[in-house]
Amino acid sequence: MMKVEKISENMVYQKPRLITNNTMHYCPGCSHGTVHKIVAELIDEMGLEDNAVAVSPVGCSVLAYNYIDIDWVQAAHGRAPAIATALKRLMPDRLVFTYQGDGDLAAIGTAETIHSLVRGENIVIIFINNAIYGMTGGQMAPTTLIGQKTATTPYGRDTALNGFPYKMGEIAAMMPGVTYVTRQSVDKPAAVRAAKKAIKKAFENSIGCKGTSFVEIVATCNSGWKLSPVASNDWMRENMFPEYPLGDLKNNG
Amino acid sequence: MAKIKGTIEVDIQKCKGCAVCVSVCPTKVIELGAKVNDKGYNYVVMLNEDDCIGCAGCAMVCPDSVITVYKKKFE
Repeated sequence: MMKVEKISENMVYQKPRLITNNTMHYCPGCSHGTVHKIVAELIDEMGLEDNAVAVSPVGCSVLAYNYIDIDWVQAAHGRAPAIATALKRLMPDRLVFTYQGDGDLAAIGTAETIHSLVRGENIVIIFINNAIYGMTGGQMAPTTLIGQKTATTPYGRDTALNGFPYKMGEIAAMMPGVTYVTRQSVDKPAAVRAAKKAIKKAFENSIGCKGTSFVEIVATCNSGWKLSPVASNDWMRENMFPEYPLGDLKNNG
Repeated sequence: MAKIKGTIEVDIQKCKGCAVCVSVCPTKVIELGAKVNDKGYNYVVMLNEDDCIGCAGCAMVCPDSVITVYKKKFE
């Protein structure tokens, strides 16, 4: 029988070098881990290990600095783009990116986000949109879909009471200082490849000081949505993708 | 005829049994096993090593980076 030996010559895929050996605190199947992996792979491939500074948010990914072995700053809730602005202005040759969830970026940090985009800072904003506050127990977020049940909208999001979800990607695309806006997901191998390509382009824009790049990742929160990881991927394809369609929204790079 | 075969190695103690890898495997060679790891998760196991094509799809979607993929071409 033909057997594939588990030796380094035959190895085609392994844990990225920059992902630490710490066990991630994320729930099983959480999209954060996959996005962390893409970021770690890219920084390694682009040789930016000593030249990258990331800003972690408040939310589930607050501990991202435990998992990707690069320089990190942890910002106050929603203030990551403001910290990133300072970092990039002081060290213009560095890759500076923020990694934020929808509660951080689209709720409490709206002012910082909008004004970084307005100023066209040369940073990358990675926005994980899972339509819920995952860390605090699944409350409604600004991006929660109409009719979606959460801890604070137990009968579904009602527009008369809770308003409408808003699309940060489209808002970012309106700003003249923003170079690149894209919306991706990480539910399938093909989607992971596409997301990696998109984040690579965004990183190149930051290094080349070409304006702000905004990468939205439509993600799952299986604990918040009360579904299994596989079922939440299906739910995301069925319900999230029509509201948040994937693809490039702006590409001036 | 040349045939490409693959195999995977799973970091059993780090696997959280989310089964996202199982759902994307094109040849259905992996599934959650009956045994659990120290944390109580049913970790992923290979059912039929012969059918693995080493596409690395499982490893790519694994949020916890627990899968290492090996591939070899047989003449």
